[in-house]
Amino acid sequence: MKHIISMLVENQPGVLARVIGLISGRGYNIDSLNVAPTQDITTSRITMTVPGDDHVLEQVTKQLNKLVDVIKVFDLTEEKYIDRELALVKVCASPKNRSALIELAALFRAENVSVQNKAMIIQMVGTTDAVDNFLELIKPHGIVEVSRTGVIAVGKAEG
Amino acid sequence: MRTGVECLMDGLKKAGVQTIFGLPGGSVLDIFNGLYDAPFKFVLTRHEQGATHMADGYARATGRVGCCLVTSGPGATNTVTGLGTAYMDSIPLVCISGQVPTHMIGNDAFQEADTTGITRPVTKHNYLVRNVDDLPRIIAEAFYIAGTGKPGPVLVDIPKDVQRASTKAHTPDSVSIRGYNPNTEGHPKQIARLAEAINKAKKPLLYVGGGAIAANAAEEVTQLARKAKIPVTTTLLGLGSFPETDQLALRMLGMHGSVTANYATHHCDLLVSIGARFDDRVTGKISEFAAHAKIAHIDIDPTAISKSVPVDIPVVGDVKKVLKVLIPLVESKERTEWLTQIQEWKQKNPFAYDQNGAKLMPQYVIEQIYALTKGDAIIVTEVGQHQMWSAQYYKYTQPRTFISSGGLGTMGFGLPAAIGAQFGCPDRMVVDISGDGSAQMNFQELVVAVEHQVPIKVVILNNGYLGMVRQWQEMFYKKKYSATCLGQSGRGQNEKIKDHPDTPYLPDFVKLAEAHGALGLRAKTRAAVVPMLEKAFAADGPAVVECMVEPEANVFPMVPAGASLTEMIQSMA
Repeated sequence: MKHIISMLVENQPGVLARVIGLISGRGYNIDSLNVAPTQDITTSRITMTVPGDDHVLEQVTKQLNKLVDVIKVFDLTEEKYIDRELALVKVCASPKNRSALIELAALFRAENVSVQNKAMIIQMVGTTDAVDNFLELIKPHGIVEVSRTGVIAVGKAEG
Repeated sequence: MRTGVECLMDGLKKAGVQTIFGLPGGSVLDIFNGLYDAPFKFVLTRHEQGATHMADGYARATGRVGCCLVTSGPGATNTVTGLGTAYMDSIPLVCISGQVPTHMIGNDAFQEADTTGITRPVTKHNYLVRNVDDLPRIIAEAFYIAGTGKPGPVLVDIPKDVQRASTKAHTPDSVSIRGYNPNTEGHPKQIARLAEAINKAKKPLLYVGGGAIAANAAEEVTQLARKAKIPVTTTLLGLGSFPETDQLALRMLGMHGSVTANYATHHCDLLVSIGARFDDRVTGKISEFAAHAKIAHIDIDPTAISKSVPVDIPVVGDVKKVLKVLIPLVESKERTEWLTQIQEWKQKNPFAYDQNGAKLMPQYVIEQIYALTKGDAIIVTEVGQHQMWSAQYYKYTQPRTFISSGGLGTMGFGLPAAIGAQFGCPDRMVVDISGDGSAQMNFQELVVAVEHQVPIKVVILNNGYLGMVRQWQEMFYKKKYSATCLGQSGRGQNEKIKDHPDTPYLPDFVKLAEAHGALGLRAKTRAAVVPMLEKAFAADGPAVVECMVEPEANVFPMVPAGASLTEMIQSMA
């Protein structure tokens, strides 16, 4: 099972290396990873999806909690949360299939953010499943490049 | 305004540092210049690995945070094994390393290494100081992190320009780190559950590890055991947390543990781990470890709980604090049936070896060290057969009297660690028990003992082999002694070392000791052991006693790797 781990860390050089080093050094895997500062400039949020059973994940979260630069660790999978991913998809687009692509994008509430002679760039936001689904449908048009943010998530608990 | 070096000296002073072990170099010249007039005892080691092990031995013997100081590049990389050793055994030490100037970092400068990158997996935490304003805070934090919670090594990497820069910042009086708040108070409900389990248990067993010694909780362990009449087995690092001369002591458990300890672990109905982490050398086959028991675990480290063995009653907290709350809650019990069973096992299965008087058995040497020191010495070991015999044939009655690399299993640890222990405890007898394999790693540090007239005694059980590996080859690899023979005598005719006499002195440790300025002695027979040990122990300075022991003696009992604790091999027959 996949778990979404969200952690608040010190916004300092080397912190990401510590987190990644711990995960790889103990033989765990990461499916996706996202890092960015929070509203407080001294902290960053790292969101990652980690596969494994509950026992493995309990060890991962406890080990991460032990790192001095890690302030808080949440396994969001244990609560209600909202998760999203953003993908920028560069897809082959000629005047012939452009309208079909626009139609498809509209179905997913994806936005076309750049139109060129032979390609379009579409911005797709959704859950991992929705993004996967969108990419599957768009594939026959010829995907040139995809860049995904990986999952970001926020717990729904108030306060 | 103060320079980085002045801030460092102030920080070390405020942290209570008295002794620093280390070696200078280009990027720490300014720090050494500052040390010249500073009130610390500086011990110049001959290798940086020696410096880390000395700081480690100092910490283990005294309970204080050890401190070492090295230069950038090779100086720092040489500390990796020492840091790893301390990390695996949760030993508090702070390592200060020099670094190339900040503007050179990343340029492959002379003696540059990514020290924080390299040491990240072997330290509890580490710092690269980029700004001198942060230095006083970082030094205070480093000592705080090293010595609190689950202790461990912390490295502080200080670039040369930061050492020379000036700042108005000063050493803080207290430390507060938002991401670091070790939980020391055990949960009262969990402690109550544990007390209830102990009171209900018919066949309880205490399984005590290095955490009890780190927490200075030997007294509480002893109180608990005696009050509730619970037998005690310890791990290698837990030796000394409970007097092994006590009726309730079952000695060490695990791969080379006592038969009684392993039987008791198998048959108990409640196993209470006190600062022990269910290491694979202790548990053997996990699924059969204490299979009939409810398992309780007191540990300051939440990640240690249920890591390998599922725990029924976890108590996260400082062992000493938890035991202080627990002891009044447990009832005094007789447990006659269980204790009778244990006495029976004990009588039937003492540690035993070949008593043929013609042979110089290694175990005999340890017994004589025990007799001559009256069990009152600080015993330090290297890693291998001699380490296990030192655990089996010497009875430890006080904490911090058995010092050994348990987790990482670092050969070459003992001699420098013994020197560090002796610096920390100048009034104690410190004996490093070694093998001829381990003795050849870090022997250079003997010069430090001579230079400072630190009277450590090194007893080398010379069997001409890397004995523990040879034992495994004998037992599990059809006696193919691949690359384990160190001397001349164990080699086949066509494998003899050319132009070397057929004596086992390879090297000649007596000459080696003398070359370093220490007393060198050799016992070739059983009868010579006691006189040589007496001579060495009576000497004012450091001494080395080489004992030419039976080459193919084995450590028994032995639980083969991955087998259940009840499957002990007791002899080669």
